[in-house]
Amino acid sequence: MTMPFYVSPEQIIKDKADYARKGIARGRSVVVMQYDGGILFVAENPSRALHKISEIYDRIAFAAVGKYNEFENLRVAGVRYADLRGFSYDRADVTSRGLANAYAQTLGTVFTEAQKPYEVEIIVAEVGPDQASDQLYRLTFDGSVGDEHGFVAMGGASEAISGQLQALWQADLALPAALRMAVDALAEHGGQGPRTLDEKQLEVAVLERTRPRRAFRRIVGEQLASLLRDE
Amino acid sequence: MTQGAGLPAHFLRPGSSFMDFLAEHDPTWGRRLDVTGVEAPHGTTIVSCQFDGGVVMAGDRRATMGNVIAQRDIEKVFPVDEYSVVGIAGTAGLAVEMVRLFQTEVEHFEKIEGMGLSLEGKANRLASFIRGNLGMAFQGLAVVPLFAGYDSVLSRGRIFSYDVTGGRYEEHSYHAIGSGSPFARGSLKKLYREQISDADAVRICLQALYDAADDDSATGGPDLTRGIFPVVYSVAADGVRRLEEAELQTLVDSVVEQRFQRPDGPVADEGQARP
Repeated sequence: MTMPFYVSPEQIIKDKADYARKGIARGRSVVVMQYDGGILFVAENPSRALHKISEIYDRIAFAAVGKYNEFENLRVAGVRYADLRGFSYDRADVTSRGLANAYAQTLGTVFTEAQKPYEVEIIVAEVGPDQASDQLYRLTFDGSVGDEHGFVAMGGASEAISGQLQALWQADLALPAALRMAVDALAEHGGQGPRTLDEKQLEVAVLERTRPRRAFRRIVGEQLASLLRDE
Repeated sequence: MTQGAGLPAHFLRPGSSFMDFLAEHDPTWGRRLDVTGVEAPHGTTIVSCQFDGGVVMAGDRRATMGNVIAQRDIEKVFPVDEYSVVGIAGTAGLAVEMVRLFQTEVEHFEKIEGMGLSLEGKANRLASFIRGNLGMAFQGLAVVPLFAGYDSVLSRGRIFSYDVTGGRYEEHSYHAIGSGSPFARGSLKKLYREQISDADAVRICLQALYDAADDDSATGGPDLTRGIFPVVYSVAADGVRRLEEAELQTLVDSVVEQRFQRPDGPVADEGQARP
């Protein structure tokens, strides 16, 4: 008769975490950044159809890295959560904090109970009436939540990108400058060596503070190319 | 909403309809009680008229309950999304809820699928919502909307009307629904011309509502003392636009001014119809 090997709970958790971290690090990075008129999302993503950045609700957007089917599942659940809340109560009662909590619970449960943790990292961002009231929540594969300010990088070479942005980021950046900064950081650290990224390799969107109701807007095609040429 | 162990399983299942999701989330939702004989506020007249490159929809501001005016500044025309509007006649409470659900459904689909429903798709979806209310309609609480929007494939405005069983009919040029609609439709019939401008379409809609209010007690005319004017939306290639109060004031003033000269409104030019 064979006895199963004893594996300590610490080891199980560590193995799962390592597994998830490796999966996330394989993907390309996403940068989310506050600028003077709202929140900017930049992902290195050659696909026009499979998005890493999406609208959740009027003032709330979602960015993710990792396994597509897993974060797509979470994105759809988030849209449902928000639409259900907005329909049951009022549009003003849908908050990024509530959504981040729901995601944290879901990710935490999957991490501890399922065989395989989700290999995803997500950001829930909400644009407020002024920059001080913007909210950025970073959620990792085990369900931990971080309340971030200024900018966040995740996936791939996130630490190197964060390091570069740390030295440069300012609160009063205009959109073209913020975009340039994010794209430069992705280009510098995202590949084998420094590269240049053009509009075909990027997925860019903003939550614009001044837009009425639905603040989310994708920046694509010629509009993105001209923004990238600016400066 | 359960929060204990995260989002429930049905949040994570595939599907892009908010209505279907809601039915799974709360099976008792939408289950109606037997309410025969309830008196509830009713919305009255909605008119819609095409113009060159779009469509206008306007609604009066009155809700009635029997012979009582339940509300004098109710709004019965709503934007559904960036390219369509819906106006409601019938039981106001159910109609407003139906519109809220329809708005959520359309936006939900757009967010989940990454692209909006076609105008025809939206019109069909609204038909199934009305069919869902059929039980209530038999108890006297019918909801009959009028739907209009800009079709980006055909590059023109389109109007869809419905019956209580969810039958969907495309209307050409113009249409009116609600208790004052026979009078409004007669007015539209005489005033409508092909290829008119946005501004002319708005004026024709205001004239039609005035005529409806003239002959139907449940339709409210412009309330000059309180400054309550019809709600007017214009939909074109650049999206939905609600006419502002100041803009409406000028238009309503000119309509009322005309009626001082001729209370029955403009005379149809019989000569125009002749070749």
